[in-house]
Amino acid sequence: MASHYEAPIRKPLVLGDKGYHDVTVDIAAPVEGKANKHWWIVFSIALAAFLWGVGCIIYTVSTGIGTWGLNKTVGWAWDITNFVWWVGIGHAGTLISAVLLLFRQKWRMAINRSAEAMTIFSVVQAGLFPIVHMGRPWLAYWVLPIPNQFGSLWVNFNSPLLWDVFAISTYLSVSLVFWWTGLLPDFAMIRDRAVKPFQKKIYSLISFGWTGRAKDWQRFEEVSLVLAGLATPLVLSVHTIVSFDFATSVIPGWHTTIFPPYFVAGAIFSGFAMVNTLLIIMRKVCHLESYITVQHIELMNIVIMLTGSIVGCAYITELFVAWYSGVEYEQYAFLNRATGPYWWAYWAMMTCNVFSPQFMWFKRLRTSIMFSFFISIVVNIGMWFERFVIIVTSLHRDYLPSSWTMFSPTFVDIGIFIGTIGFFFVLFLLYARTFPVIAQAEVKSILKSSGEKYKKLRDAGKPTYTITKTTVVKEGIVSETALSTEKNQEKLAVLLEAIGKYDPSTGAPDNLQEVKGIGPLMEKALNQMGVFTFAQLSKMTQKEYDLLDSITESFPGRALRDDWAGQATILNNKK
Amino acid sequence: MASKVIHAFYDDDDVLMLAVKKVKAAKHHIEEVYCPFPVHGLDKAMGLAPTRLAITSFLYGCVGLTVAVVMMNYIMIEDWPQDIGGKPSFSYLENMPSFVPIMFELTVFFAAHLMVITFFLRSRLWPFKDAENPDVRTTDDHFLMEIEIHNNEQELKDLLMDTGAVEINITEK
Repeated sequence: MASHYEAPIRKPLVLGDKGYHDVTVDIAAPVEGKANKHWWIVFSIALAAFLWGVGCIIYTVSTGIGTWGLNKTVGWAWDITNFVWWVGIGHAGTLISAVLLLFRQKWRMAINRSAEAMTIFSVVQAGLFPIVHMGRPWLAYWVLPIPNQFGSLWVNFNSPLLWDVFAISTYLSVSLVFWWTGLLPDFAMIRDRAVKPFQKKIYSLISFGWTGRAKDWQRFEEVSLVLAGLATPLVLSVHTIVSFDFATSVIPGWHTTIFPPYFVAGAIFSGFAMVNTLLIIMRKVCHLESYITVQHIELMNIVIMLTGSIVGCAYITELFVAWYSGVEYEQYAFLNRATGPYWWAYWAMMTCNVFSPQFMWFKRLRTSIMFSFFISIVVNIGMWFERFVIIVTSLHRDYLPSSWTMFSPTFVDIGIFIGTIGFFFVLFLLYARTFPVIAQAEVKSILKSSGEKYKKLRDAGKPTYTITKTTVVKEGIVSETALSTEKNQEKLAVLLEAIGKYDPSTGAPDNLQEVKGIGPLMEKALNQMGVFTFAQLSKMTQKEYDLLDSITESFPGRALRDDWAGQATILNNKK
Repeated sequence: MASKVIHAFYDDDDVLMLAVKKVKAAKHHIEEVYCPFPVHGLDKAMGLAPTRLAITSFLYGCVGLTVAVVMMNYIMIEDWPQDIGGKPSFSYLENMPSFVPIMFELTVFFAAHLMVITFFLRSRLWPFKDAENPDVRTTDDHFLMEIEIHNNEQELKDLLMDTGAVEINITEK
């Protein structure tokens, strides 16, 4: 069919001989299987790091910000560095799911779910830092627009820090909603496969009763498209506003108009690197190599190379503008960055962010999984140093040389940072065990155009579907053969014991179809089982409903929902 | 009293599309189609009206923008004007540039959340809602077409078998 046509030159996005059911099985497998030893080891390490971080946060809050390495010159250091680093990482998810959706890039479908999860988890980490830094986190609600208790003094809406509150909370909540809406059909898939009642209950709860009607899908697609349209400017605005925290101040090295685009490019850069780090491991552990292919990794590497080069351009532009401005403070700030006591941080940043992505020009390197993983770690480190360089080196030598100083983190600074990394991985590992990590419904929708199986069929000139001529016809609710099985006979005996046998000599059978929810077929089935009267139905309780459901295996819960017993009692009394 | 329906199962979206067109051409009313993933063009083939959710989103966005403007004007200009960093509160219009980020964020916030809430309510999706797909295979790899029977069981059965249904179930709703 023409709708599934794709140019033969495009490489398949789903490898192997995969049909729709194979996709279901592959993606449900990590959720339905048991965690292996490696998962528990990594999870324990992450949990330990998280708990250490919690300890450091408690120590900070109970003792004061003095436990950090801050001093009167460097009043902002690791906290804001980590904050910006995590927010930056949180940009790739929405970029992949929103911007690539608008550009109709099909390769996003294998990675968007995990990228969005990463976004949400890293924005949670980012959000922790301003709250911890408040010193009195229980007053965090003071950032909300409410007048204070002494009169109507409000929060300052001219401040980029307050813009941040609005930007980040909007970003977090919209990303969460975008993610969850996309998850509904996939949770429903797991719900419908679940065997154990507890799992079934949980996945029913979180799939919001997704049913998959044609109208639901029509709305679903529209909502995804509009959310993508809204999230695209949103994601750009968030890091723009984060960069305003610096750009609107009059500190040499911060006061630059290039910050917003430069921060956004850096954020995409670091976000894609983190997606690569996570997915290279995940595809291996969860056996998803057919879905997250080398082509996906290569494409992400190209984005890393492109955004890394944009970041490099921004670094050089900054240097040029500092020189060209003729402002000696500005010139000194940059000279000090490159050659002052923090030269190592500056050159670490330059090497990791500008130099290392250039390897990706080589096809051999960007299709090498080990090398991609290595570069993704390097980029993560480099982007942390970028924020450290911008923040600490701009502050540590201020206008007054007598107050020049250095910053050294205490174990608390380090502990909180490590703790957030631990927290992030705790969340991500739990996610990988319980959520469908690939948007399976979306992957199925591109399977015919981009799956290897169907591409091969098309190349061979064969049709991608056949109209079957052998239809299985099932009529009625319960077949004679099902009733005659030994197990069902036993159940039937128990059922009839509880509600009583029908004795034709005491009265005529009732028209059971008068009960709402019983139609001709169900009546026939009930009659087959020996249920003929309202009196019998009215004696049914939860136990008998369950028995009935297990015999008929159709409409589970229907009898209870429609309250057959209650209806039958009324009808019986009217008789 | 429940009505009698016919459930036709398909295992391929292309076959389903052809079947929907055939059933429509034979002037039968398709009660519902349950799909495991979005099938493009199905809504048009079934004759579903286009969704208006995008329009509601636009209207919600307008509400968000209005809320932001009213809130900023009240808080920053009328209720407690301040001179922050040598930038006094003159009038809303003159001070507007520094409110643009909040105006933007609230527009997006309202447009996104209220649209999704509308979607959930219209499609009857919420926690503790029971799923209504008649067969569990419809979230895996099967498509299910539901047609109500009005004394035309055999005719429908023949038609659906001809369209390549892999299974036909006659049941009650």
